[in-house]
Amino acid sequence: MSARFIVGDRVRVRQAYPPGHVRTPYYVRGKEGVVSRMIAEHPNPEERAYGRDGLPPVPVYRVLFRQNDLWQDYQGPEGDTTELDIQEHWLGPLEEDGG
Amino acid sequence: MRRHHDMGGLDAGPVDPAEHDYTPWEKRVDAIVRLLAGKERRLITLDEHRRAMEDLGPGAYDELSYYERWISAITNILIEKGVISVEELGGKMEAVKARWQEARE
Repeated sequence: MSARFIVGDRVRVRQAYPPGHVRTPYYVRGKEGVVSRMIAEHPNPEERAYGRDGLPPVPVYRVLFRQNDLWQDYQGPEGDTTELDIQEHWLGPLEEDGG
Repeated sequence: MRRHHDMGGLDAGPVDPAEHDYTPWEKRVDAIVRLLAGKERRLITLDEHRRAMEDLGPGAYDELSYYERWISAITNILIEKGVISVEELGGKMEAVKARWQEARE
């Protein structure tokens, strides 16, 4: 599988709430960030959680978010960020998303 | 829907940073998980284990201790996969309980 995003791409996390085992935390869904690093391709844990092989492997990216974008009542410094490892199928390009 | 375990950002009270000793049964649970997931057996994956803990539901998730969650989750996976049967496990638990009671009398 070839990676859909490169470092520096602006992305939005899918705003989806499927049942089952999900690796993308609730608080980051629908939020926008920037790809800061390509981690690797991994068998999909969301499939492996149910006894399947999780293949083909899914690219995983490290994505940088502004704390102010994640938390409405964030009290820390303006420039604070946090990074999360997110699977490709949870990410979309910012412009296609329409907000 | 936000699932119960997915609590990032919610108020969950203070974290106790003190190191605590593990009891022998907790160490045994840890060893069992490693043996089941190890490459000689591959009876469970850590992803399945995590999923099974999430599926314990809000009550059990909050009330059980860390290793109680671990062993409950493993038990459910092994039953699902037919490695052990409910009957077999129930019988064994009764036998251990009886042995324990005898030893105390």
